[in-house]
Amino acid sequence: MGAQLRLLRRRINSVKSTAKITRAQELIASSRIVRAQQRMQAALPYEREITRAVTGVVSNAASVDHPLTVAKDNPVRAGVLIVTSDSGFCGGFNANVLREAEALRGLLEGRGLEVVPFVTGRKGVTWHTFRQREMGGQWVGFSRKPAYADAKEIAQTLIDSFKDDNGIDEIHIVSTEFVSMLTQNVVVKRVLPLEVEETEATETTAIPPYFEFEPTAGDVLESLLPRYVESRIFTALLQSAASEEAARRRAMKSATDNANELMRLLTQEMNQARQAEITQEISEIVGGANALADAAAGKE
Amino acid sequence: MVIAKTVDGEIGIMPQHAPVLGVLVEGGVLRIKREGEGDLAAAVHGGFISVADDEVSVLAEVAELGSEVDVAAARDALDRAQASIEANQEDADAAIEAKRARARLRAAGEEV
Repeated sequence: MGAQLRLLRRRINSVKSTAKITRAQELIASSRIVRAQQRMQAALPYEREITRAVTGVVSNAASVDHPLTVAKDNPVRAGVLIVTSDSGFCGGFNANVLREAEALRGLLEGRGLEVVPFVTGRKGVTWHTFRQREMGGQWVGFSRKPAYADAKEIAQTLIDSFKDDNGIDEIHIVSTEFVSMLTQNVVVKRVLPLEVEETEATETTAIPPYFEFEPTAGDVLESLLPRYVESRIFTALLQSAASEEAARRRAMKSATDNANELMRLLTQEMNQARQAEITQEISEIVGGANALADAAAGKE
Repeated sequence: MVIAKTVDGEIGIMPQHAPVLGVLVEGGVLRIKREGEGDLAAAVHGGFISVADDEVSVLAEVAELGSEVDVAAARDALDRAQASIEANQEDADAAIEAKRARARLRAAGEEV
């Protein structure tokens, strides 16, 4: 009996310390969401303007054939940028992204394309190396706090590969979109070749303004498009960072709740065990005392 | 009025300007002339200027308002960049650094 009691005490202590950790993680994640959201908001005007500018150029200058805007006749390879997190403890966050990426892979392979994954975040990289899938590129170490330079580096790799004749012919992004604290959706977007219809369809004033270009439409596009891709990737990274923290907060909250529930059950069991032990001791003492009394009575 | 430096040369934009999309030069100074108030200057490194619907937006990778420039740091950066240009004529990074530092100083209203 004493052994069982000790065992239960030990388990309660371990659950308690786990709960402490998950509770702390939950609080850290909550405070981080706010900052991640602020960073997301701060990047919004830039993305909006650059999207508007790209739309302006492409819808104005139909004559401009930039390698980044034209869909290739017979695409062979498709690049998929998969945005995952560096650290775990965030529930189904990475599993959801990877599942969606697998679905996209199936879809692309159905079209006869070879899929080249580009992965950010340690979890996604491990997932791919474990399955011995070759990656076109991998980046780790900034999933919680992506900097613009990180997005730039990724965009550079993707664009170089896109421009290369033996490289990829399409670029897709699989990432998590931050809708609210409670809702995050995995979204799949095609970045290149450009889909103009998709961008900002809500805000179109009757006729898009007729732009003049300094120096020429081609030159503007040449320097604008890489910035546009960077900005799209940066937004995806920021949204993913905010989503990661939100997912982590939720996962840690349910972990803490479960730990507390477990603690309650174990405490109950422990009390029962303690009670049983005491009852047994009493009955043993009473039994012993009775036996002594009986023996004494028998002597007389 | 907004004055910016594109790869083609300086461009001044007054109200009611026709829509324009221009590529800005590395290390340029953007000036905004305001009525009743003093000019606003900013050092803008690369990026774009877009004018549409009577709105001017400047998209830059790095930009700094003249009033926010740390003059001593900019001077220091300029000196360092110039020293490395003198040591190695083909140092492209240092040339850009020098340009940026000059733009920052000019935006802050310093003589370069």
